Amino acid sequence: METKNIMIVGVGGQGSLLASKLLGHLLLGQGYDVKVSEVHGMSQRGGSVVTYVRYGDRVHSPVIDKGEADFIVSFELLEAARWLSYLKPDGQIVTSTQRIDPMPVITGAAAYPESLVEKMRATGAKVDALDCLALAEEAGSSKAVNIVLMGRLSHYFDLPETAWEASLEAMVPAKFLELNRKAFALGKNA
Amino acid sequence: MRQLMLGNAAVARGLYEAGCAVVSSYPGTPSTEITEEAAKYDEIYCEWAPNEKVAMETAFGASLAGKRSFCGMKHVGLNVAADPLFTVSYTGVNAGMVIAVADDAGMHSSQNEQDSRHYARSAKLPMLEPSDSAEGREFAIKAYEISEAFDCPVLLKMCTRIAHSQSVVETGERVDAPARPYQKNIGKYVMMPGNAIRRHPLVEERMRKLSEFAETSDLNRVEPGRETAVGILTSSTCYQYVKEVCGDRYPVLKLGMVWPLPEKKIRAFAESVDSLVVVEELDGFLETYCREIGLACVGKEKFPLLGEYSQNLVAEKLGLSAHSGQALQDTIPPRPPVMCAGCPHRGLFYTLSKLKCTVLGDIGCYTLGAVAPLSAMEMTLCMGASVSAIHGFNKALGADSEHKTVAVIGDSTFMHSGMTGLANIAYNQSNSTVIILDNSITGMTGHQQNPTTGYNIKGDPAGKIDLESLCRAMGFRRVRVTDPYDLAATEQAVKEELAAGEPSVIISRRPCALLKYVKHKAPLKVNTEKCVGCKSCMKIGCPAISIKGGKACVDATLCVGCGVCSQLCKFGAFESTGKEA
Repeated sequence: METKNIMIVGVGGQGSLLASKLLGHLLLGQGYDVKVSEVHGMSQRGGSVVTYVRYGDRVHSPVIDKGEADFIVSFELLEAARWLSYLKPDGQIVTSTQRIDPMPVITGAAAYPESLVEKMRATGAKVDALDCLALAEEAGSSKAVNIVLMGRLSHYFDLPETAWEASLEAMVPAKFLELNRKAFALGKNA
Repeated sequence: MRQLMLGNAAVARGLYEAGCAVVSSYPGTPSTEITEEAAKYDEIYCEWAPNEKVAMETAFGASLAGKRSFCGMKHVGLNVAADPLFTVSYTGVNAGMVIAVADDAGMHSSQNEQDSRHYARSAKLPMLEPSDSAEGREFAIKAYEISEAFDCPVLLKMCTRIAHSQSVVETGERVDAPARPYQKNIGKYVMMPGNAIRRHPLVEERMRKLSEFAETSDLNRVEPGRETAVGILTSSTCYQYVKEVCGDRYPVLKLGMVWPLPEKKIRAFAESVDSLVVVEELDGFLETYCREIGLACVGKEKFPLLGEYSQNLVAEKLGLSAHSGQALQDTIPPRPPVMCAGCPHRGLFYTLSKLKCTVLGDIGCYTLGAVAPLSAMEMTLCMGASVSAIHGFNKALGADSEHKTVAVIGDSTFMHSGMTGLANIAYNQSNSTVIILDNSITGMTGHQQNPTTGYNIKGDPAGKIDLESLCRAMGFRRVRVTDPYDLAATEQAVKEELAAGEPSVIISRRPCALLKYVKHKAPLKVNTEKCVGCKSCMKIGCPAISIKGGKACVDATLCVGCGVCSQLCKFGAFESTGKEA
């Protein structure tokens, strides 16, 4: 099988590490070779962060390059737009509609572009945009945006629900499992 | 067991399986998790040392005593530890000793992108370089075997992409290392000239033997290709990019040991192909060697000296088709890292900015004090340089600068390399003002304990160095503590210490807002009837505050109620929401 590529993008501190751990566990369990590449350190302090998840028969490079991503999963609209050029021509974006202003926008040095979903669609990208923050809050915590996104992403995978469920159980602390199950279902069924 | 492991965790696993008994390191991205993961194995004694030199000497001591040891650091940390490195090459080891060094091409979290392979060559030590997590584990184990077989420490070179990528690892069991009781051996271990003169020829002989080992070791392997127009010499993450792009099209000589190099193997490989291409990030280290032994090759005239490589870059440089994607026409505003909401450094940097101080800075989260709108740092070089440099700055300019210049340094960085600079101020008497930003943790690398926190790597109570007493013992009579959340007190302290006629230390103390034990107040909100939209609160660059419809607005999901903004508001527009997080 040709290597498949999933990028998880967002703002440092939004919980992308748990999402990539979940995907890593899930895909390894399906018998694939898997590589997950993260960025630690300074960029975690509210900067733009990206995690690469790759799987297939034999994965070489730990990173995903321009024009290679089958999926871009984004916690924030501007970040989806920032990484758009990494999407394959027929790739799928799954993004939260949440908007977090970066410091240059806060200080007025730059503007947050408008109508990003429409503009991304105009390039031919398939964009699945939903208010994951609201769904996460509905599930019980604004921190569950990552799992809402994973629920939404599960739509596009031909994998049994039980496999996702098992990975969720393995990766999420027991006391938050119920909340995250709910977040996953809300994302999936939104 | 087959599992996904971070490259750094896999190295830690290798240490465990190899019977490593003592680990001493100083945190530094991207090396930190090796030691954090090693600390999870009860069989290994692990610690954070005050700096990399101390860590390496501690690891050497354990090796001398007969236990397999390890120290890990980032590339710039090896500069700090270079002194013991060059001479431990002469003494050799007793039990195996492994030194991991992690480079950061692309400078994700570093002040330069130096290439650590030069250290292996100049210190005359072997260096292994894994290309994924499985090799991280395997090479850590092999490094101990080489260390003991050739009587030298072994360098294990990581890079950001190998250190911070998870890939599949098959783990094994821990094997106790062979016993190597300590034996007194003055000629081997006391490096004074008469002894060192006799050790140097042994070092050269060892490198000759290691070169022979490199010829036959399976660490260096040729992978055949379908076309011999090009043959690629590579290692580490570049090997992965080459395989991604070329598959089995071209033969590849994949090096797992990047020093010393297998001359015959490289020569034979070059002869088997029409054109030898060297693919390596950062410097042309392998390329230089090829040229030295008279081989024509393609290297840095085609591939960049700067930054990280990727599959598209390698494809393009090899003349193969690269992928491309479509970007938006819009300018996407950058999202640089910022000081967190509630960061205790913010109040201090606001004060320094307001007082128009010249600020000589250091390495840590607080380096973000240089970023707009605070823009309150004018120099950052390396660990500890703020304290040493202010002394030179003030000696050069005298009273003109003494009353407006400060050095700022974090608690962990101060313990690492700031103390010696402070000793210089105390001894050679410049009227300097040093501010220690004591956030009670090593912040930037992800919350490691240090000698001032009172806890060890496992979070258990440990020795605690008292910063006030330490500074007083060095001869500073003016040592005072301020709370950076209190802007008036902070301003008063900075003004008074700058005005004073003798050197002083201000300890700006408040724990990192991200520490789990820190209790936050309720988030603030803006009373839009009181807010006049003057934007005074925007001067502190808090990510929780923005202007919406001409009025200030607080993001309640980010705000931790530190109250620094409300001290800037003349109209009392910031009010508590009363809802504790």
